[in-house]
Amino acid sequence: MRKPNYYKLRLIKDRVMFLLVYLSLALALIPLFSILYEVVQRGIPAINLDFFIKPTPTVGEKGGGVANAIQGTLITIGLASVIGIPVGLMSGIFLSEYSEHKLSTIIRFFNDVLSGVPSIIIGVFAYALIVRSIGFSVIAAAFALSIIMIPIVTRTVEEALKLIPMNIREAAIALGVPRWKTVVAIVLRGARKAVVTGILLSIARIAGESAPVLVTMGFWRWWFAGLDRPAANLALNIFIFAMSPFENWIVLAWGSALILILLVLGINIAVRIFIRGRY
Amino acid sequence: MAPKLEVEDLNAWFGTKQVLKNINIKIEENAVTAIIGPSGCGKTTFLRCLNRMHEINPDARVSGKVLFNGLNIYGNGVDPVMIRKKIGMVFQKPNPFPMMSIYDNVVAGLKLNGVRDKKSLDAVVRRSLELVNLWDEVKDDLNKSGASLSGGQQQRLCIARALAVEPEVLLMDEPCSALDPISTAKIEVLIRKLAKTYTIVIVTHNMQQAARVSDYTAFFYLGELIEYGPTKQIFENPKHELTEKYITGKFG
Amino acid sequence: MKVKYKNKHTVFPYLKWLIIGDNIFKIISALFASTILLLLGLMVYELIKGSWLSIQTFGLDFILGTKWDPAISKVFGALPLILGTAVTSAIALLIGVPISLGVGLALSEYIPKRYGFVISFLVELLAAVPSVIYGLWGMFVLIPFLRDYIYSHIRALFGFIPIFSGPIYGGGVLTAGIVLAIMIIPTVSAVMRDLFMIVPNSQREAIIALGATKLETVKTVVSYTRSGVIGAIILGLGRAIGETMAVTMVIGNRFQVWPSSLFDAWYTMSAIIANELLEATYDLYVSALMNVALALLFITLVINILSRLIVWRTLRLVRGIAKE
Repeated sequence: MRKPNYYKLRLIKDRVMFLLVYLSLALALIPLFSILYEVVQRGIPAINLDFFIKPTPTVGEKGGGVANAIQGTLITIGLASVIGIPVGLMSGIFLSEYSEHKLSTIIRFFNDVLSGVPSIIIGVFAYALIVRSIGFSVIAAAFALSIIMIPIVTRTVEEALKLIPMNIREAAIALGVPRWKTVVAIVLRGARKAVVTGILLSIARIAGESAPVLVTMGFWRWWFAGLDRPAANLALNIFIFAMSPFENWIVLAWGSALILILLVLGINIAVRIFIRGRY
Repeated sequence: MAPKLEVEDLNAWFGTKQVLKNINIKIEENAVTAIIGPSGCGKTTFLRCLNRMHEINPDARVSGKVLFNGLNIYGNGVDPVMIRKKIGMVFQKPNPFPMMSIYDNVVAGLKLNGVRDKKSLDAVVRRSLELVNLWDEVKDDLNKSGASLSGGQQQRLCIARALAVEPEVLLMDEPCSALDPISTAKIEVLIRKLAKTYTIVIVTHNMQQAARVSDYTAFFYLGELIEYGPTKQIFENPKHELTEKYITGKFG
Repeated sequence: MKVKYKNKHTVFPYLKWLIIGDNIFKIISALFASTILLLLGLMVYELIKGSWLSIQTFGLDFILGTKWDPAISKVFGALPLILGTAVTSAIALLIGVPISLGVGLALSEYIPKRYGFVISFLVELLAAVPSVIYGLWGMFVLIPFLRDYIYSHIRALFGFIPIFSGPIYGGGVLTAGIVLAIMIIPTVSAVMRDLFMIVPNSQREAIIALGATKLETVKTVVSYTRSGVIGAIILGLGRAIGETMAVTMVIGNRFQVWPSSLFDAWYTMSAIIANELLEATYDLYVSALMNVALALLFITLVINILSRLIVWRTLRLVRGIAKE
């Protein structure tokens, strides 16, 4: 009934699969190590005091820095957070605490859908809604970035709150504490580490976004000049500098990439250690 | 007649915790051997050592010998995959493959071995399902999902699945613990029937079940084999004080 | 110790206040949550409004047209962009999906749990690297490497096939596909890992006890979640289609109906928006770019809704079975 060499064939297939699985893992991780290596290797020569205190150099000018971009990025992220965090937090609370509500299922689903909308589209949306009326501005960029932030915060807050056991809520409710106070004082407090984690991860994400920034602010070479004007941005600078033919700008691109990757991966790593510390 | 399985100095660990200590036992062919003992005594681990299922847990370690027809299954170059084909297993909770039909569940093991011939597969399905007294109940629903059956039917399907690869030994890990009394009775009748052609080792926490179905009984306590002998003798005249206490319900 | 109500009159007003407070809180949080729906709705509305001029002017010709001429004839047709997006995404899936499947299986089935944590973390870091840094790395590291060590060999071996012939610039269709593959692997493999992890162990043991090899056990696990795996792939497709900066930086940005080979430059929907929206000087031009954005939004919405539904359904189904 059984072909004589069939078992051998099965074993060979098994070994081949084993190799393929580890080969895929290597192929997936090589880019990570290569990116880290190259960004550090090529970014370090760009780093000096001027890099942190001087604004973008003009074409042909030597030296210069990214101080204005760091300033602009912080302001833009800050404004985006002011819009995005409250909305995300309250939405997450709604989804977790009123999950039996019909609206919850719908919002949860479309929250996932929103998180899958390409960031360039969100940029075009902000362009249509804001840039066309008040012009390229920090406000437009922050609006776009906050839309990217909201689904991330909403989701992590919802998941964090759901981890707080039901009996803790019931205990508080049984004491006569109103439900909203239970949520704010007990559930949210209990989950605050995870909530902070979600917020930090969403900030890391928008710090690296460049497509929506491009279509809402464009490239800005100077210092911050008001919320209704554009501001410089680190992630976008990398794009502009890299696509330019000027050697000095390309060096600055790698330097900016180093700063950005330290910020983004730093937040990610810190958050992981932070979460693991709980257990 | 030589015993079907001979266990010599078997030790097993989970991490640093030793769960089996120096087990020596000879399991007779075409008989039902019941493993009893309080929970945590190593019954299930012992069973899983008999077809090298213990080692699929990454922390697990085994030393000693298990001779199957005189061949040490832990010897160099012995492939656990081959061993598991000859020593089949039925689990505590029925675990049919829910994404497969009843038919495909029964022939899952054969298909792994490259049997594709529709006629011989049909024959195996019929024979295996008849053997477990399930054929009449499902013969018209062979394309339905295995998960659509009742708990007792699912467990008999799992037994049929194990029998389809033509093992010589069948290991059963508390096969009735998740079932109602009627389904349990059906499985027990089945076990007696199968014992005519298969060697069966059954772990049970239910002493009455051991008394009903087994020819031999082994009593385990804290990872050690305390007493082993014909079921009649173990139940009527246990030699060891611990065995007697357990049988008479004085602990556990 | 003395917990007792003074009288009914103080209890009931308190209860009433409690219920009102709860309702207010519920309504406020519901309003905040509803902004998510509002934003999505407004997004669709704004893009339709912005595209209206282009839709009226070109109609279906916008999707089927092959000419993009903002300077002279002011005719806009997006077919080449749609093809560019489709082909680069297809290449990304072709390369990325098998690798993601391997990574997902490695994390859930092959690597011991204690190392799995570290590897999982590295894969998640890969997802956190900003798109523009992939682009930078692609331009200055990956392109020279592919050009000098890979593409020349591919052309030497398979040059007789048209898609592997022609001049090699380094950047181009294949490079964009490779960069996209690298970028979707963390997302797709993470979803696959989660799917495989919820397959109950009893299923693995059942097949192992029948004498299955590791590969055959793994096949059972994958077949158990196959519709979810398809959902994960579609999710990856959604990511690839919308990806902008990294693609813009490596694809060469040349508007043409069909490239001469996989090494040739091309364009995608997202890349043209990034490159031209700021330079669009008249309403029809802006409207045409908005129209591209609208088409892209439509495609990604369909893909996202589809993949979420599939993944959700599978997770629920498998969890349901696992519970029994």
